[in-house]
Amino acid sequence: MPAISLAKAPQPSATDPAQIRNFCIIAHIDHGKSTLADRMLGITEVVDPRHMREQYLDRMDIERERGITIKSQAVRLPWRSGIDGKEYILNMIDTPGHVDFTYEVSRSLAASEGAILLVDCAQGIEAQTLANLYLAMENNLKIIPVLNKIDLPAAQPEKFAAELAKLIGCEPSDCLRVSGKTGEGVAELLDQIVAQIPAPQGDANAPARALIFDSVYDVYRGVVTYVRVIDGHLSARDQIQMYSTGVRHEMLEVGVISPEPVPSKGLGVGEVGYLITGVKDVRQSRVGDTVTNYNNPTKHPLAGYKDPKPMVFSGLYPLDGADYPLLREALDKLQLNDAALVYEPESSAALGFGFRCGFLGLLHMEIVRERLERESNLSLISTAPNVVYNVMLDDGKAVIVTNPSEFPEGKILSVEEPIVRSTILAPSEFIGVIMELCQQRRGVLLGMDYLSEDRVEIRYTLPLAEIVFDFFDKLKSSTRGYASLDYEAIGDAEGDLVKVDILLQGEAVDAFSAIVHRDKAYAYGLMMTGKLRELIPRQQFEVPIQAAIGSRIIARENIRAIRKDVLAKCYGGDISRKRKLLEKQKEGKKRMKMVGRVEVPQEAFIAALATDADIEKAKAARK
Amino acid sequence: MTELSFYVHIPYCIKRCGYCDFNTYTPNELKDGASLETVSGDYIDAVLKEIDSAYLEAPGKVPTIFFGGGTPSLLPGKDLGRVISAIKQRWSVDDNCEITLEANPDSVDENKLQSFRDAGFNRISFGMQSAAPHVLATLDRTHNPANVERAVRSARNVGFSSISVDLIYGTPGETLEDWRASVESALALKVDHISAYALIVESGTKLAGQIKRKDISMPDDDLMADMYLLVDSLAQESGLSWYELSNWSKPGHESRHNIAYWKNANWWGLGPGAHSHLDGVRWFNVKHPNVYKSSLFEGKSPIHEREILTPSQIADEGIMLPIRMREGILRKNLSQVQQSNAEPYTRSGHIDLEKWGQGTLQLTPQGRLIADRIVRELVV
Repeated sequence: MPAISLAKAPQPSATDPAQIRNFCIIAHIDHGKSTLADRMLGITEVVDPRHMREQYLDRMDIERERGITIKSQAVRLPWRSGIDGKEYILNMIDTPGHVDFTYEVSRSLAASEGAILLVDCAQGIEAQTLANLYLAMENNLKIIPVLNKIDLPAAQPEKFAAELAKLIGCEPSDCLRVSGKTGEGVAELLDQIVAQIPAPQGDANAPARALIFDSVYDVYRGVVTYVRVIDGHLSARDQIQMYSTGVRHEMLEVGVISPEPVPSKGLGVGEVGYLITGVKDVRQSRVGDTVTNYNNPTKHPLAGYKDPKPMVFSGLYPLDGADYPLLREALDKLQLNDAALVYEPESSAALGFGFRCGFLGLLHMEIVRERLERESNLSLISTAPNVVYNVMLDDGKAVIVTNPSEFPEGKILSVEEPIVRSTILAPSEFIGVIMELCQQRRGVLLGMDYLSEDRVEIRYTLPLAEIVFDFFDKLKSSTRGYASLDYEAIGDAEGDLVKVDILLQGEAVDAFSAIVHRDKAYAYGLMMTGKLRELIPRQQFEVPIQAAIGSRIIARENIRAIRKDVLAKCYGGDISRKRKLLEKQKEGKKRMKMVGRVEVPQEAFIAALATDADIEKAKAARK
Repeated sequence: MTELSFYVHIPYCIKRCGYCDFNTYTPNELKDGASLETVSGDYIDAVLKEIDSAYLEAPGKVPTIFFGGGTPSLLPGKDLGRVISAIKQRWSVDDNCEITLEANPDSVDENKLQSFRDAGFNRISFGMQSAAPHVLATLDRTHNPANVERAVRSARNVGFSSISVDLIYGTPGETLEDWRASVESALALKVDHISAYALIVESGTKLAGQIKRKDISMPDDDLMADMYLLVDSLAQESGLSWYELSNWSKPGHESRHNIAYWKNANWWGLGPGAHSHLDGVRWFNVKHPNVYKSSLFEGKSPIHEREILTPSQIADEGIMLPIRMREGILRKNLSQVQQSNAEPYTRSGHIDLEKWGQGTLQLTPQGRLIADRIVRELVV
């Protein structure tokens, strides 16, 4: 049996780097990463079969969200190779799913020497996986292509082996075939990890250098910092120092995860583990920073990561204004664990008090909103997301705009917007609809490749602004869910952009202002005024709804004054009923927002800000 | 002396009209093969029992009695007369007491009307609804428009001192011209009073089903508003002045009974499902006539639910009800906030600016059409 009991396995702090293999798993959600990880935990016997349960590591993830366990971020797996019979330590470094892809993935890649490219052989590779694969290849990681779910009747291992071989530049026969479900091929995979992935290299005698690849807040322990030691040694007795801040920290605990946290004497070259220093805020233990010895600090920090910059902004408002303090609390709490989340208070005439939040991308935005709603039991309205614009004024002044309301009024020389390079993978039958969608969104085709006979990779540059709002939903719905999308920022480009305001009775409604391409301003104005005409109830006076660029009106609708709002009949028996209705309406009135003199039900704001996909989701939820 | 008005509910109809959700039954619905005669006798007996308990709680003077339904005119005059006599025996009822009968123009002839006069009725209100046959058909009404004229003439012949007709507007398929013709034909009868109600589609009715299935569709609110303004102006031209949202009368012919509702006076509703109000307490009886009857015969109270109004509910009603009336609301009874909420409506022509200046909130015809909205502004 190739497993080694934990007690007999090479111990942390004293493991020869030649015996260590650090790897991560690149996989799309639902391609079976968690199940494969379960099998690895089982086969290496780090989890007692009696305690084994499905999605072992994920389960801890949920517990971590509730603040009771340390997230299992890098699991130490002892393994005796079936090839050479020697003992090894395999560190499986998770690629976290909770923040926008590329940035987070790059963190686990930097801590690994190799990556398992795990692909469901009934579905084939997805765009995000492909992007991560390229990232791993750029980082010179050894890639082990693995086809998962070979037990499925719909499995097409030959087809997807050919696809992967073409992408990586290997032979189809190099693709391992496993079933996370049955365990088939998992031992061979572990052996190949040992055989193919290089051992870490580092100078054991140099001043310590360890890369922080994740930093997590735990309510009981404070911040738990995950590190990969490159050079030197971190000992439990050391005082450590964060290179970027120069701040000294006491080491309260150092250890490895296997898969529960196990304190150790220290961590040596090539080892992966955790540190606890008692700090309370993840920003004090920044991902990408270098940890070194306080008494013998290094002069050469590790390359680290680029600071994640928010790319997408949106206003988040509590449905119930009284929940504003709760929202602030929830954001503060979330930020402890998510250094990439930025926010500042903002107020909207239409939506009340809320926060302008910056996100790494769409997924990040969606996840933050979902976590706020789920974990803090909040109901939120979010304004249409927008990107960051660089506006050059006539007078040479530059303004950075993260909110349409900040868009300058004066004479504008130019407006720059972020551009992304996007990759879309889809069955070839959808090429037409995908290209049409991308053209509509001001996309420029970069190229197209067939991954296999009937699957293509389509590359476009697109303004980020064009994909932040409902692009992904449209892409999914027009390809029956088959297309996948990934994108990366490649810089800014000038665009003919204007701000469109929506006016109710002459008064601009901040929540509906948008920065759009001039060619689309009219369509936006028409869409929004039309939507609002349907959504806003008639008032006792006529309400014009206008879309305007500056002072120029580009679209107009009218809500005619209400003429009848009365129940004609009021006999004795109607009085109670009528009064009860009135009491209900009084409550409803509290949820009305005033825009000037116009009463707008909150539902109208929500509906006007919803995308078609939101509406579909809401309909589905009602069913 | 304290006053107590009576409403007497007669829960019977020959057939149920398609738009009606009132608490009324065909004899057959109550008892297989039953006729009106077999059900009405002991129904009146039950009402008399309720009258006994009313007297214990609220003695005094009775200014008005109103028989509604259902179709009270289906019952023999002498049966209804038993109720009136019972009230007269116990309470002080003078000649000035307004005693109204709701009547279906089809179910009365001059003899029958005479029997109602003999029983003590002095005011009659005919359910005319419309003069347009296609509108009546949609409403599922049986009567022939010509019967209305005959019924009104007979009522005058037998000496009813106040005659009213009810009209309904906004029936699916009804045009403004249809409505004009209906109103004009009602006014041509030289009645003393008209009520004109916008059709309300009550859920569960046959009409609601037809609309839901899209067999027919309701006219839009703008047409309804035009219809209202039309009846208001035609009535005024004929010397009937507006005195409550949906009611117009010659001077002195206002329905004093209905005014009692809108002024929150005390009244007792007799019969199944009937509502009552007594000094800030509202209640209503069990709905089904059979349950109502058996409760009373077993010596139990027929009351189904009772509510004691809170000060804020009383305040809400104090806006909601009088705003519907010509007298309106005295400004001094409104708070500063309420007055400032009302102000914009004086400028938009919904509240009479002149009357406002004189210290009264009175709605203009346009204002009456959005009365519920204005009430919402005032009760906040």
